[in-house]
Amino acid sequence: MTDAALTMPRRAFIQRHPAVLVFLACLALFTLAVTLLAEGTGTGVISTSFVKTLGKTLCLCLVALAMDLVWGYCGILSLGHMAFFGLGGYAIGMWLMYARTEIIVAESLAQAPLPPTPDEIRDGIATQIFGVVGASEFPPIWALAHSLPLQLAAVVLVPGLLALVFGWLAFRSRVTGVYLSILTQAMTLALALYLFQNDSGLRGNNGLSGLQNLPGLGDVPQSTVSMWFFWASAVALGAGFLLCTWIVSGKFGSVIRAIRDDETRVRFLGYPVEAYKLVIFTVTAVIAGIAGALYYPQAGIINPAEIAPIASIYLAVWVAIGGRGRLYGAVIGAAFVSLLSTWFTGGQAPDIPLGFYTIKWVDWWTVLLGFSFVGVTLFAPKGIGGLFDWIADKRSPDRHGADLGPDQGALREQEAER
Amino acid sequence: MSTLLEVSGVSVSFDGFKAINNLAFQIGERELRAVIGPNGAGKTTFMDIITGKTRPDEGRVLYGEKSLSLTGLSEARIAREGVGRKFQRPTVFEDQTVAENLMLALRNNRNPLAVLFSSPNRADHTRVGELAEEVGLTAHLGRKSGELSHGQKQWLEIGMLLAQEPRLLLVDEPAAGMTPAEREHTTDLLVEAAKTRAVVVVEHDMAFVRRLGCKVTVLHEGSVLAEGSIDHVTQDEKVIEVYLGR
Ligand SMILES: Nc1ncnc2c1ncn2[C@@H]1O[C@H](COP(=O)(O)OP(=O)(O)O)[C@@H](O)[C@H]1O
Ligand SMILES: [Mg+2]
Repeated sequence: MTDAALTMPRRAFIQRHPAVLVFLACLALFTLAVTLLAEGTGTGVISTSFVKTLGKTLCLCLVALAMDLVWGYCGILSLGHMAFFGLGGYAIGMWLMYARTEIIVAESLAQAPLPPTPDEIRDGIATQIFGVVGASEFPPIWALAHSLPLQLAAVVLVPGLLALVFGWLAFRSRVTGVYLSILTQAMTLALALYLFQNDSGLRGNNGLSGLQNLPGLGDVPQSTVSMWFFWASAVALGAGFLLCTWIVSGKFGSVIRAIRDDETRVRFLGYPVEAYKLVIFTVTAVIAGIAGALYYPQAGIINPAEIAPIASIYLAVWVAIGGRGRLYGAVIGAAFVSLLSTWFTGGQAPDIPLGFYTIKWVDWWTVLLGFSFVGVTLFAPKGIGGLFDWIADKRSPDRHGADLGPDQGALREQEAER
Repeated sequence: MSTLLEVSGVSVSFDGFKAINNLAFQIGERELRAVIGPNGAGKTTFMDIITGKTRPDEGRVLYGEKSLSLTGLSEARIAREGVGRKFQRPTVFEDQTVAENLMLALRNNRNPLAVLFSSPNRADHTRVGELAEEVGLTAHLGRKSGELSHGQKQWLEIGMLLAQEPRLLLVDEPAAGMTPAEREHTTDLLVEAAKTRAVVVVEHDMAFVRRLGCKVTVLHEGSVLAEGSIDHVTQDEKVIEVYLGR
C-alpha cells in the first residue's frame, strides 16, 4: 500500500486491487473457452475427461489459495490442509453415495410383490454400501447422509471444527514453526490411518466411489455433468480469490503479515495473536473443505490415500513454486504443477532413451518435481510469480541476506519487494 | 501523585541464576524515570516481567487504580491495558510501510473480527499523519520500514508506541546507535511523552540520562541499588563502585 492509498479517500475495492480484475477476467475467458470447446457444450475438441481434469485443477487452485493465505500471509506452514480438502470430499461423497444407492435399492425392491418398508430400504442401502467391508449396518456418522443440506453443512463444519479445535490447542500452547508443521502432519497421518480402517465407517481403503453420478440425474450425460462441476469450480475459485484478497488487504492483512514476520512484536501491540491465527487457520480449512467437495465428484472416487501426509506437502510445494505471499502465485503454481503432473504421469510425456537407461516420466516426474522445488527455493524464491516482478522491474530489497523478521515463517529477502 | 505501577518482592531465576532479586519499584502517573545499571543488571528482564513476557517466580506487579495484577496476564492483554514497550533493537514490521506500521499500532479494537470488518477511517489516517510528523517521518510514510536507517526505525517504533497511547511506556535503550542529533530529538520525544503518561527509560549513556532530568533508579544484580536524582545517585558510593567507577 502506498502513502497515497492511505491518505486518499477510499476508492472502490476493484480499483484498489487491479489484480482481482485481471484474475477474474482471465478466469472468465478460460471458462468461456473451455465451454465453447467442450464435448458437452461446444465443439468437442476438449474431451469430457479433460474437462474434469481442468475442473479438478480449478479446485486445486482454490485449496492452494487457502494454503497461501495460511502460509504465505500468516506464516503458518500447515502441512495438513489436504486433510481438510479430503474431509470436504468425504462429506459430499457420503450423500452422493447414499442417495444414489437409495435409488438403486428402491428400484430393485420395487420388483418385489410387497412394497418395501423404509427399514428394508435402509438395510438394503447399508448392505450395498458396506458389503465391501463386511458390514451391513450404518455407522453412526452416516446418520445425516440422507440429507443433502446437512451433508453440505458438514462440508464446511467438519473441516472448520477440526481446524478450530486443533488450532486452538496448538496455537494456545504457542507451537510455531517446524513443530507446528510436524503437528499438522501428525494430524493428517492420524486421520488417514483412521480412515484406512474398515470399521472407521467410511469403507476403509475402498473409500467412496461412483461420486461422478448425480443421484436422480442418471439420464444426464457425464459430458454435461462435468460442465456443471467445471462451472461451479470456476465460480468457487473466483469467489475464493475475492474473499482472500479482501482478507489480506486492509488492516487485517497487515496484522497477519506482521504475525508472519514477528509475532512477538504483534503481541506487544496488544493483538491476540492466537485468535488471529485461529481465524486464518479455520477459514482456510473451510475453503479447503469446499474445494474438496467440488473436486471429488469430478474425480469420482475418494479414498484415504488422498489424505496421505504427502498430499499436503505437495500443496506447499505448489504454492512455493508459484510464489508464496501473492494470491495469484498460488493459483499459477497449483495449476502449472498439477497440470504438468497430469501430463507426465498420464504417460503423454515422451520417454527419454539414454541408451543404457530410459527415463520414464511416470516414474521420474516426482524426482523432477523435487529438484524443481529445491531449485526454486534456492535460486528463485519468488517462484513463477517472480516473473511478473521481473517484467514490471520490481526489485527485492538489498538487505544483505537478512529476512524481514525474526520468525521462521518470515518473508525472506528475495521474496520481498521494495 | 498516585502510583501507576507497583512492583514488590519480585524475583526471577534462570536455571538457578537470580536475574531479578527481590526487586521493588514504583512509578506514578505522568512520571519520567530512568533506569540505569551495568550490563546484565536485569533491566531488560525487569521489562519482560512487567509486560508479561517472563513470569516472576514470586512477587507482585500491580497496575492502575484498580491494582490489577499483571503477573498472570498475557502479553497482549497487558498491552491492551495500556503498557507499551520498546525493545532494545528496533523492531518494526520491515515488509510494511511506515504508514502501515503506525496504523497497526493505533489504539483501536484489536479483536480479529472487528479488525476484519472495519477499515481505517479518516480520523485514523489523520492520526497516522500527525504521528509521522511528530517523529519526523512524514516524508517516508509510503516507504517500507525495512529501508529506513537505524535511527529512523527507532523513531518509527517510538511513533508506534505513541500511537498505542499507553499509560505506561517502557523504553529499552532508545538512544543506542543514534547520532548526537538523533539522541537530542529522542530526548525531547520522551520528555514530551512523559507529560501525558508514565515513561520508564532504560539507558546506558549517562549524558543521555542527565538530559532527561528525572529521577533515576540504579539496578544491580537484579535489585535496586540506589534511587534519586542523577546527582544523588552519581555520588552514591555503592553506585560509583559497581557502575560508574569501572
Ligand atoms: N531467558 C533467559 N535465560 C537465561 N538467562 C537470562 C535470560 N534472560 C536474561 N538472562 C540473564 O539475566 C541477566 C539479566 O539480563 P538482562 O535483563 O538482559 O540485563 P540488562 O538488560 O540489564 O543488560 C543476565 O545475566 C542474563 O544473562
Ligand atoms: Mg538489556
